[in-house]
Amino acid sequence: MIELKHVTKVFNRGRPNEYIAVDDVSLHLQGCCATVFKGPSGSGKTTLLSMIGCMTKPTSGRVTVGEREVTSLPERFLTSIRRSAFGFVFQQFNLVRGISALENVMLPAYPSGERHAALRDRALELLAAFDVAHRSDAHVEWLSGGEAQRVAIARALINNPVIIIADEPTAHLDTKLSKDFLSWMERLRSEGRTVLMASHDPLIYESEFVDRIVEMRDGRIVAGG
Amino acid sequence: MVWIEKQRHIVDFALSSLLRRWRKNTALLVLYTLIVFILGSVVFFTEAIRREASHVLAGSPEVIVQRLMAGRQELVSLDHLEKIRGIRGTSDARGRLWGYYFEPAVGANYTLLSTADAVGHPGTVVIGRGVARTLMAQRGDMIPLRAHDGTYMTFEVRDLLPSDSELVSSDLIEISEEDLRALFGIPAGFYTDLTLRVRNPRETTVVADKIRRLLPDTRPILREEIIRTYDALFYWRSGLILVIFLGAILAFAIFAWDKATSLSMEEKREIGILKAVGWETSEVILLKTWEGIIISLTAFLAGIAAAYVHVFFASASVFSPVLKGWSVLYPDFSLVPFVDPYQVAALFFLSVVPYTVATIIPCWSAATIDPDSVMRL
Repeated sequence: MIELKHVTKVFNRGRPNEYIAVDDVSLHLQGCCATVFKGPSGSGKTTLLSMIGCMTKPTSGRVTVGEREVTSLPERFLTSIRRSAFGFVFQQFNLVRGISALENVMLPAYPSGERHAALRDRALELLAAFDVAHRSDAHVEWLSGGEAQRVAIARALINNPVIIIADEPTAHLDTKLSKDFLSWMERLRSEGRTVLMASHDPLIYESEFVDRIVEMRDGRIVAGG
Repeated sequence: MVWIEKQRHIVDFALSSLLRRWRKNTALLVLYTLIVFILGSVVFFTEAIRREASHVLAGSPEVIVQRLMAGRQELVSLDHLEKIRGIRGTSDARGRLWGYYFEPAVGANYTLLSTADAVGHPGTVVIGRGVARTLMAQRGDMIPLRAHDGTYMTFEVRDLLPSDSELVSSDLIEISEEDLRALFGIPAGFYTDLTLRVRNPRETTVVADKIRRLLPDTRPILREEIIRTYDALFYWRSGLILVIFLGAILAFAIFAWDKATSLSMEEKREIGILKAVGWETSEVILLKTWEGIIISLTAFLAGIAAAYVHVFFASASVFSPVLKGWSVLYPDFSLVPFVDPYQVAALFFLSVVPYTVATIIPCWSAATIDPDSVMRL
């Protein structure tokens, strides 16, 4: 479903602080599976997920999502693919402060021009599915860590993506919240979605529902490729 | 339909973004409104008062002839009047008697004018509203005026001049010919100046030329020139106001530019999140454009409305001392509401458009970064 061929990402190319984040990675990822990218900080996990999620383009190599080769697409099409195919859960959740949980969940769908009432109903359904509907009108800064986490997952699902990308999702969570998060991810995988996670948390990569572990170091795949 | 819904979502989010930073945006809005209010007031007032002056002067004679001696105005004799009456195309040529009178008690200058209405009413005067206010005089009161020989002459106030001409008649005293001659010591057969009408308005300059040739010691003044002088005077005064407020306008421009061209860390973070969750660069720019439009349009409409009320309902009370320009005899009049759409459009393009464009520039540079930067926050 996702294919990477000789993908390399170089930051600050040609400058004294040039840095190779991902170095000649080739990988094939099956759909409907849960894959964890593990490795120490700076091993290239986040950069690799960014390229798979059409957030940034590789310096060289090709990335194919489904049947579509995305590396050569202009920004507009990349954004369209990112919006429809991917849902993101960030390390710090990255919710927009000062607005309600409901608005945060609706935010990714605003540019689609979907009717407000329908969008609102869908967002409320998602919040209900993650047991945070009662907090829909609360500003996100008033939410507990667990609630913010569930709002972030609901936001990732508002455009009904087939692939969920989570970058270090448990970095700021205690064990209970981490386990809760994993149970949500397991549920998503069982619904037929592809789950990709970057983490060096054993709780994640030792989890039973994880189908594949890809280990990275210094921008290269060292195991599980 | 999809397009409208999309705009609605983005406008909703723009409003909520502005409300989230309400302290900063309220300060900006208040300052912005104040600047539009000042500019709008000056523009409305200048245009309305110019129209008012032109309207009042429309009934005055087409040509006024003054006699000059050594470059200064002198009395003009009956002989001159007879010669002018002989010029083809002129009508209703007559001598006019008027002069200035300084009243030390109130520190005001009055204009005394002998008119046809005053004939047959010796010992009485008709006074302008400004004169009535400074002297606290009403119909039937007696007012004393000091004559050229030091004696005092007393006049009964027969009437007050109508308020609709107060812009130019505030300081006026209408008096009979014989009283004015006695007051100022002007001998019979001499006038202050001459007035005449021209049958064909397009020949006014030709008639003025003929007068200059026939009577080389005279200076014909055309009504159009007086109107132009009033125009220049009020434009000059509005320019003066703008210069006075230039500091404030510049301070606002710097503040607005700073606000518009820089983004806080929080705003940059938000743009990163929006891009990461699937917003295009153009959609982020659209959001910021809406924010700019909401701020500047609100300030523009509020400022223009406040300026309209200030000028046409509150008689421009903030600027009237400078714009009206009389030292003691401030005319008290209400301007007829008039708004020049071209001037409003000019104000719109000078206030709304630059601000909106300025907000887009920093947003564009922030919105073109890779969305993956948000993964590293």
